[in-house]
This record gives sequence, C-alpha cells and structure tokens, in this order.
Amino acid sequence: MPKITGWSLIRAYTILIYVFMFAPIAVVIVLSFNPEQFGCFPMKGFSLRWFVKLAQNESILYAFKNSLILGSLTALISTSIGILAAMAFVRYEFPGKNTLNTLLLSPIMIPEVILGVALLLFIRWLQQPKSFMLLLIGHVVLTLPYVLLIVQARLVGIKKEYEEAAQTLGAGPFHTFKEVTLPLLMPAILAGMLFSFTISFDDITATLFWATAQNQTVPVKIFGMLRTSVSPEINALGTVMIIMTIATPLLAAFMIRKLSRS
Amino acid sequence: MLGPALSTVFFLLVIPVCFIVVYSFWLRAPTGADIPAFQFGNYAKFFEDFFYPSILIRTIRVSLETVFLCLVMGYIPAYFFYRSRTRFKSLLLLLIMLPFWISFIIRTMSWINILGDTGLINYILLQAGLLSKPVGMLYNEGSVLMGLIQYLLPFMILNIYVSLEGIDKSLVEAARSMGCTEWQAFKEVTLPLSLPGVSAGSLLVFVLTAGTYLPPMILGGPGNEMIANLIFNRVIGTLDWPFGSAISVILLSLLVMIVWTYNRYLGINQIFKSLQ
Repeated sequence: MPKITGWSLIRAYTILIYVFMFAPIAVVIVLSFNPEQFGCFPMKGFSLRWFVKLAQNESILYAFKNSLILGSLTALISTSIGILAAMAFVRYEFPGKNTLNTLLLSPIMIPEVILGVALLLFIRWLQQPKSFMLLLIGHVVLTLPYVLLIVQARLVGIKKEYEEAAQTLGAGPFHTFKEVTLPLLMPAILAGMLFSFTISFDDITATLFWATAQNQTVPVKIFGMLRTSVSPEINALGTVMIIMTIATPLLAAFMIRKLSRS
Repeated sequence: MLGPALSTVFFLLVIPVCFIVVYSFWLRAPTGADIPAFQFGNYAKFFEDFFYPSILIRTIRVSLETVFLCLVMGYIPAYFFYRSRTRFKSLLLLLIMLPFWISFIIRTMSWINILGDTGLINYILLQAGLLSKPVGMLYNEGSVLMGLIQYLLPFMILNIYVSLEGIDKSLVEAARSMGCTEWQAFKEVTLPLSLPGVSAGSLLVFVLTAGTYLPPMILGGPGNEMIANLIFNRVIGTLDWPFGSAISVILLSLLVMIVWTYNRYLGINQIFKSLQ
C-alpha cells in the first residue's frame, strides 16, 4: 500500500498547484460579474454592468485598438525576420553560427527593464520622440527570439530532401521556398505569429518605458487604472483579455487543421 | 538571410546596451542636463551608503527565495507529468502553460482580489468566524513572492519535466530489479538525472526574478522595492539617466556573471531546449 499512498499524495499536491495557478484567474472572472461598486467579495448577484461600462470607455477602446494594431504588426515583422534567420541557421553552415544564435536568443535572458532603458536612451541620443514606431521596434526585439525558437524547432523536422527534390526537378531557390518549405512551415509560422502577437499584446514592463499618453496599450492602461484601486471595471477588462487569450490559440489550432486538410 | 535579424538585434539591442554603459559614466548637471564625461561618480553614489546596495541584496535574496519556492512547488508536478499514464497528460501540460498566455498584469493584479482586506481569503475566514477583522496580507514580501511564483512556476515545471522525459526508463527498471525500493530508485537514479533540468529552471527563474518590475510594484510595499523598480524610478521618475544607466549596468553585470559561470560549467543550451 505505501506506493499508492505516495502516488495519491503526489497527485493531490499537483492538484493544489493547479488551484494556486488558476485561483487568480478564476477570481478575476467571477468578480467581473459582481454588480457591486467595489471589486471585492461577497458576490451580490450577477450582472454585465461592468462590461457595458467597459464598452463605453473611450480611452480603453482606444488602447485596445492600439494594442491590436501593434500586436499584429509586431507578429508580421518579427515572424518574417524570424523565418529568414531560422532558415539560415538550420539549412546552412557558417563560422560563428552558435555565437550568433545565442546572440539572437539573448533578449529572452535580458531583463525587460534593461531593454527598456537601452532603447529609450538610443532614441534620445537620436533625438527622436517616443512614438508608435518605438513601441513597434521594441516589441519586435522582444518577440524575435521566441519566433526563432519555434520556427527553428519546426524547420529541423522538415527533411532537406524535399527541398533538394524540388531543386533537382528544376525549381529555383525562391520557387522551392514558396512551393515546398513555406507550406510545410505554415503551422510554425502561425504559431510564431500567435506567440509574438500575445507577447506584444501582454507586454507591460518594457512598454511602460516606451509608451506615451497618446500611445497607450491595454496593459499600460490597466497599470494606470491600478493606481487608484482595483475597480470591477479592471476585472471585467481582465475577463475580456483572458477570453481573448484562450480563444486565439483555439482559433489558430482550428485554422491550422483547416489548412493542413485543404 | 540572417541580415534582417542580425541588424535588428545589433542596432536595437547591442548598440543601445553599449549606450547604457557609456551613459553610466556621464555626469548629471544640477539643471538636469547630461554632460558627457568619463568618471565613476554614478557607481560611487550607488555604493556610497547602505541604501542602494541593500536594494541589490534584497533583489538577490527575493530571487533566491523564488527559485527555492518554485523548486519545492514545481518538482512534484513535473514528476507527476513524467510518471502519470492518464490520457489527459497533454491537456494537463497545456493547462499549466496556459497562465503564461494570460495577461501578466491581470494575473499579478488579481492577487489583490485574493489577499486583500476584502479579498477571497479574508472573506472566507471572516465568514467562517475564524477572524473578527481582516488580516493584512498584501504589500509585503510574501505577496510579492505569490505574484512571482505564479509567473515563474511554469518555467520551472517545464524545465524539470523536459529533463525527466529525457531519462532512459530502463535505468530506473534496472535499479528496481536490483532490489532498490521505489524511493531509492528515485533518489539514486531519477533525481540525479533530472538535475540538469533543475539547474536550468533555477537559472531561468533567478534571472527573470532579478529583473522583475511588476510584482514588487503592484503587490509590494515601500520596503519591497527591487532593483528594476529603482531603475524605473531613476529613469522615468527623476530623469536621472546617468545614474539609472549605472544601476542598469550593475544589474546586467550581475546577471552576465551568473549566466557566464553557469554556461562555463553546465552549458546554457538546456534552457532554450525546454522553451521549445
């Protein structure tokens, strides 16, 4: 019997860890339906009041639009750059390959505060104002390593022979990429775009350095709202963001399945 | 093909980081202007009295605490995933990664909903009659640690799980057949072989905690400021760029030293492996 007891302890412990990880998320969702003026317990019924208020809040809607544009552009740029670099790393041999790869992955290990200060100093030296452009290039730097990791992992799994076969049959390098490599890479590309979109959409620390009052993203807006207190409106906004982050990967999985079927 | 990626990282990361180093030697005029110079005044100011070094020491201490707690909380679930034969294994793994996708600021902020005076825990304890008035659980090191663990635990679990999965199962069977108990086989075979994942996870958690800004800002009190908060306040708050740069250089050198030592003796690639 001791084996079973040990295993059930392990299982109970794991369940507790899940509770710990999901408690803050569950509480946000539950409280966002509380009609009370203050975002706290007890629940006094069920209402969509704060969601309605949210939909009427001009500055939040503006931040949302800004975040969506920023996230989409970041995803496009960083995935395009990432694919090229991943191709070079996986398909070609050249001196200093490992060092360069580590250099490109290094933003993962550098604190965002440092990235934030560094880019801001650079912009200051160039005598440029903080702008949407700064947010965009900053987010590309933040997301590039993740795209690189995802696309590289997938590319290693695609046999070189497919490309070589196409080339033997007379396809040029560009044609080969378009007709053979790209379709095979599609799941990784979508995953990379999704990942960079999410990171950009959620990023707070570095973005706080780069954002201005005119160029707020949703997390920066929430950060500002938190200065006063946790209002039910923030919980409602949190619920919207949680639903979005769960829905987007599901949508992507659906799209990948559809693409691979056609 | 590497051109765009390399120039992005070179112009937007390498050069800007060099700028921090250069700026850290500059002077700040009383008017607020920055004067190009080469002097160590900003560093001297940091180590002048105990105030700034104590923030650095606190940052290291909180990072070590986070690593320790993530290990204690993360090893068993990782082991559970490795040994479990449930059909839902991939779903469970996906679930543990899910918080990683959910807005960091929302997850951090929500600890106020749980630990606050009118939060979940106080509400339950008051209702149960165990308390007569709410207990203050927020704005201390404990609440900061809650936020940090919730953010970093998936990284630790994944790193340990990846290295557990890499263990040749016949080794454990061999130990068992030679008369080891389940516990002995774990202690003598599985645990030592999972150490690469443990150390990779610990490094990642340490580095990410040491540079963290949000949890101390939202869940901490005035006494829980960490080095990233100090940098932010100097750069964005008081616009003291040279001093802010010097603190950034100090933080960066600390992390580079740790990562370099780690890479020298253990190799850094394990970390990127688990992120895939």
